[in-house]
Amino acid sequence: MAQALLEMRHITKEFPGVRALSNVDFTLHAGEIHSLMGENGAGKSTLVKVLTGVYPRDGGTVFLNGKAINPKTPKDAQDCGISTVYQEVNLCSNLTVAENIFIGREPRKFGMIDWQTINQRAAELLAKLDVHIDVTKTLDNYSVALQQMIAIARAVDVDAKILILDEPTSSLNEEETAHLFKIMRQLQKQGLGIIFISHFLDQIYEICDHITVLRNGELVGAYETAKLPRLELIAKMVGKDLNEVKDMDNFAEKSVPSDEVFLDAKGIGAVGKLNEVDVQIHKGEVIGFAGLLGSGRTETAELLFGINEINKGSLSINGKKLHLKNPMNAMEQKIGFCPEDRKLSGIIGDLSVRENIILAMQAKDGILRHIPYEEQVKIADDCIKLLRIKVSSREQLVKNLSGGNQQKVIIARWLATQPDLLILDEPTRGIDVGTKTEIQKMAISLAKQKGMAVVFISSEMDEMVRTCTKLVVMRDRRKVAELTGSDISSDGVMKAIAGGAA
Amino acid sequence: MDMLKKFSGSSLFLPVVALSVLLIFNTLFVDGFLTIQMTEDGHLYGRLVDILNRSCSLIILALGMTFVIATSGIDISVGAVVAISAAVVCTLIGGRGDGVAEMPMSVAMLAAVGVGVLCGMWNGLLVAKFKIQAVVATLILMTAGRGVAQLMTEGQIITVYYKPFEYIAGFLPNMPLPTNIFIALAMVLLVAVLMKKTSIGLFVQSVGINPTAARYAGINVTMVIFLVYAFSGLCAGVSGLIESSLIRAADANNAGLNMEMDAILAVALGGTLLSGGKFYVGGSVIGAITIQTLTTTMYALGVSADQLPVVKAAAVIIICLIQSKKAQEMFDKWKASRHSQQKNDNKAVFGKAVKQL
Repeated sequence: MAQALLEMRHITKEFPGVRALSNVDFTLHAGEIHSLMGENGAGKSTLVKVLTGVYPRDGGTVFLNGKAINPKTPKDAQDCGISTVYQEVNLCSNLTVAENIFIGREPRKFGMIDWQTINQRAAELLAKLDVHIDVTKTLDNYSVALQQMIAIARAVDVDAKILILDEPTSSLNEEETAHLFKIMRQLQKQGLGIIFISHFLDQIYEICDHITVLRNGELVGAYETAKLPRLELIAKMVGKDLNEVKDMDNFAEKSVPSDEVFLDAKGIGAVGKLNEVDVQIHKGEVIGFAGLLGSGRTETAELLFGINEINKGSLSINGKKLHLKNPMNAMEQKIGFCPEDRKLSGIIGDLSVRENIILAMQAKDGILRHIPYEEQVKIADDCIKLLRIKVSSREQLVKNLSGGNQQKVIIARWLATQPDLLILDEPTRGIDVGTKTEIQKMAISLAKQKGMAVVFISSEMDEMVRTCTKLVVMRDRRKVAELTGSDISSDGVMKAIAGGAA
Repeated sequence: MDMLKKFSGSSLFLPVVALSVLLIFNTLFVDGFLTIQMTEDGHLYGRLVDILNRSCSLIILALGMTFVIATSGIDISVGAVVAISAAVVCTLIGGRGDGVAEMPMSVAMLAAVGVGVLCGMWNGLLVAKFKIQAVVATLILMTAGRGVAQLMTEGQIITVYYKPFEYIAGFLPNMPLPTNIFIALAMVLLVAVLMKKTSIGLFVQSVGINPTAARYAGINVTMVIFLVYAFSGLCAGVSGLIESSLIRAADANNAGLNMEMDAILAVALGGTLLSGGKFYVGGSVIGAITIQTLTTTMYALGVSADQLPVVKAAAVIIICLIQSKKAQEMFDKWKASRHSQQKNDNKAVFGKAVKQL
């Protein structure tokens, strides 16, 4: 075999109290698309961050084309030819596309920035990726998908040998993903080594040649994709044997909604955010809001939780007409809401797991009725046990948890308030398979055992079909269909999203 | 040993170390620094008492400032509010030469503190409700405030001859310590009780760390921000009483001058980041005392008032450096490298010894 493009040997990284990586090996060849797989907290991101110089490593060696390297900053890594495109696009939305591509390395002419060359080369670069847009417009004119392509264009243009794509597809639709894959294959042919991180198994199997699996900061093994069946991969990721994993997919039966209506929204809407939507939510029901990003599903949830005020239609809860002015109003009606963007609107990063869990409860009790420390501890410990949140202690800072565990903390925050209606907006985004299933099962069991109503919002049809007893399908900020019973199928939803005519 | 370890990891460790270093320096180089005497009328007297006495108004300002900064805001108007409060109390008591108060002192004091709270509420309104950046919003009162104070005193320095007015920053008869130390203590206790018995700490930190998430969790972010500015105004109002009592006069131009900067510095020395979030009330109190100790030390060493800022700046740089994370990392690295060097040396010596054998 030819010499590997990248060899990482015995990589070790410790954080206070945790060993994030121990003795991990990773090999990448030129012209290869290699996936890093593992549950949340397995060490994927840490490995990438060690490679890109975000974290210094505590042990091990890294060879690039046989030469030992030791990048100390992302800039160092970039100079070595290691480029990264992160999940969240980190470009400047107020600069033009061309500026974004050349920021920090603008071609100059007589000491002045040569705008003509910049714009021309930016256009050429994007054309190579089959993206044809006006590069002199600011970045915010373009969709997240296009911004991602622009980030890739920038990453590739800096003479990259290795391209790392960290969850690039989590906010792309199918068409956009297909386009991204086309570009990846093209880059692969040019001899780039690509590290691809994603939680979508389908995508891994579609595009990757090799898979390296990590678990709890340790290497499980490196495999050829073609020789590793899916279930086996999952078994390796979660560290269970095959039969157990097969059981995991055997889903609990769906809940049976009661006749009692908890919430009745008639033609609710908000100017510029949502057109009239009718929703009826029964007790003990898991209701799904389906639709593409921006179709109005999150907007509906936000109206129901009082984040934005309803200014059309009427809303009644438990038969009483209400006007929700703020989240507290909704909380008083026993509604809880896990928002879509857990970093921005979910966790309070610098506070402990305990404080994050009791926050909503404390807000509900008011500033003067302080929950005694002993009680906080009890609530937090109960939640940690119930939801199986992986923490080193309840006083660990939430920002140091993995994504899936952060999500669980936020769910715990709302369960602690004992809601009658729990709204989960994309609760499984960016979360590993095992935790995903756990959360889906939890939604069902809450509805079944406690008679709680659950709103489940997700971009993944499968999980909606598996979990929900009713599906509200949305498009262009209005409701286009409502599916129940046997009508709930991926196919049915797709048709409804695509347009009633089909 | 265990306790020592626990303490060295606590947030108060560095502020306490900084203050201790200053105190030790003073003990060595300032004659009679630790001496405390009792006067005939039962008052304690000495440099330590003096430091505590003079740091009271700063401690109180720093308390309010801590909460404001924890919400990732800032209040640069407190110095001006001190001047306003001083003007109110002095104008109401009046500058009659025969030492008679025109209005009961308690009413005047309440009014001054009340005006301070109003000033804070004004700031809170601008920042919380109208979302004006904190520096800009409080800059308004910082510049306009002294004008307001001038208007009240009609451009005069009002000197109060009413005897009990001295008691605020001086000694009550037969009390061993000046009254303002008790006032500061009461304010610190008030805050301590609030922190212990209410969820103010949790709410303020949540708002400072992630206001969006705090709102989504049901916290009334606008109200929390409004309240911290109102409280900062209250603190400035109380400080104004002490500052005016100290000179028995309202000087609209100079009362509380530059005190906002000292208050911010005290909070920073105490370990609270200006970016908001986690805050340390105890640290701020120690920070305020540190600043005052520094000033007193400089005067004791004969540094003139004009040169004081330079020396102060140097000392502050050192203290900030000690507390900076980066500096600590560099220090740790240096220690580690020395350690391994030593080990290597030892090995070499050992190797030689083995060879010789």
